[in-house]
Amino acid sequence: MQEKDRFEQLVLPHVDSAVNLARWLLRNRDDAEDVVQEAMLRAYRFFERFHGGDARAWLLQIVRNTCYSWLEKNRASELTTEFDEELHQRPSPNPETLASQADERQRLKEALELLAPRAREVIVLRELEDCSYKEIAEITGIPIGTVMSTLSRARERLQRILSGARAKEAS
Amino acid sequence: MSCELAQTTVHGYFDGELDAVRALEFERHLENCPECQASLESIESLRTRLRQADLRERASPQLRERLHRQLRQATGVAPAPVMSSLRRFLMPAFATLAVAAGFMIAWFSLQAHTEAARVTAELIDAHVRSLQPGHLTDVLSTDQHTVKPWFDGKLDFVPPVSDFAGQGFPLVGGRIDVVDGHNVATVVYGRRKHTINLFVWPSRNAEPLAGGSGSRQGYNWVMWRSGDMQFCLVSDVSAADLRELEGLIKR
Repeated sequence: MQEKDRFEQLVLPHVDSAVNLARWLLRNRDDAEDVVQEAMLRAYRFFERFHGGDARAWLLQIVRNTCYSWLEKNRASELTTEFDEELHQRPSPNPETLASQADERQRLKEALELLAPRAREVIVLRELEDCSYKEIAEITGIPIGTVMSTLSRARERLQRILSGARAKEAS
Repeated sequence: MSCELAQTTVHGYFDGELDAVRALEFERHLENCPECQASLESIESLRTRLRQADLRERASPQLRERLHRQLRQATGVAPAPVMSSLRRFLMPAFATLAVAAGFMIAWFSLQAHTEAARVTAELIDAHVRSLQPGHLTDVLSTDQHTVKPWFDGKLDFVPPVSDFAGQGFPLVGGRIDVVDGHNVATVVYGRRKHTINLFVWPSRNAEPLAGGSGSRQGYNWVMWRSGDMQFCLVSDVSAADLRELEGLIKR
């Protein structure tokens, strides 16, 4: 029973972060909540192996692995196709709504979803979850020395997609 | 691009991940490198755009409830050490449903017995409700001199309202909830990206509530009495954070 209380206090409070990461990796909210539920069950089963430290990073690592297993089983093509901006032409948005805030959100969302999962996850962890490089390394298994270059490439791609979209809108 | 640092080090610098020596070195380089300046600006604007667009997703109340139920089921059975890993996962979901149902009934009736638990449950419900879009505040202000007078005339008591932005708990606003059939003043604080609700109401004499803390459905709560007022903090932030805010409010 004590174990359960410890789990409730240390791990459950990070459920928002878990859903956020899963939502962006799977690009779908319902799938994300299902996968998070499965990941939480796993986390609970593995909880005896958690010896203190960063509970959020520990949970997100399990969530990420569960997401990738899910993708392999259900949408394996997404993991093997490297993103190529030339091949992904977005439909032009309605010019009347271009200026609106909702449209800005939509534009960023689409751009993020165009990134390959391994680029997308570092952006989500750094910019939306405010994770340190050490945490990103722990969650994704990327060696700590290469977090910076991975993040640099991911940001550059995201900017390229966004500016490409903007150039198209201007024309 | 000709400056190599514009693609690598500038990111570590922007993210605050360089050690002091390297950061200083880079700052010196940055002064004379237009490429790195442009790169820094563009990373910064990307972050601003991403954060302003409010792209972070949160768990639905339904998922929280599902997790809570699942956790209760999982504790209904002590996992046998030699089970295969597949069965270990499936066991709590299927085979123990009956046991779990029994546990749930026992759990609920136990909870029903204690008034404190009932009020806590209501407060946590109020907290969850407040997280729905548009439900968090009736008066939205970071200024305590706006929030405090707002409660005036709406309640027959005055809750203490202070801003603790300097200590990492910025005031977000206030609203009125009904808990246990009575009006309760709710002061809303932020903690990084999380929301903390402070519920305040005049304590009634026979009330068995006083102090305590605990967690439920993934939310932590801390309750105390001060003078003739009852206070309760509810949030998904850590219990330590709640204790810290409690200390600030009591001061």
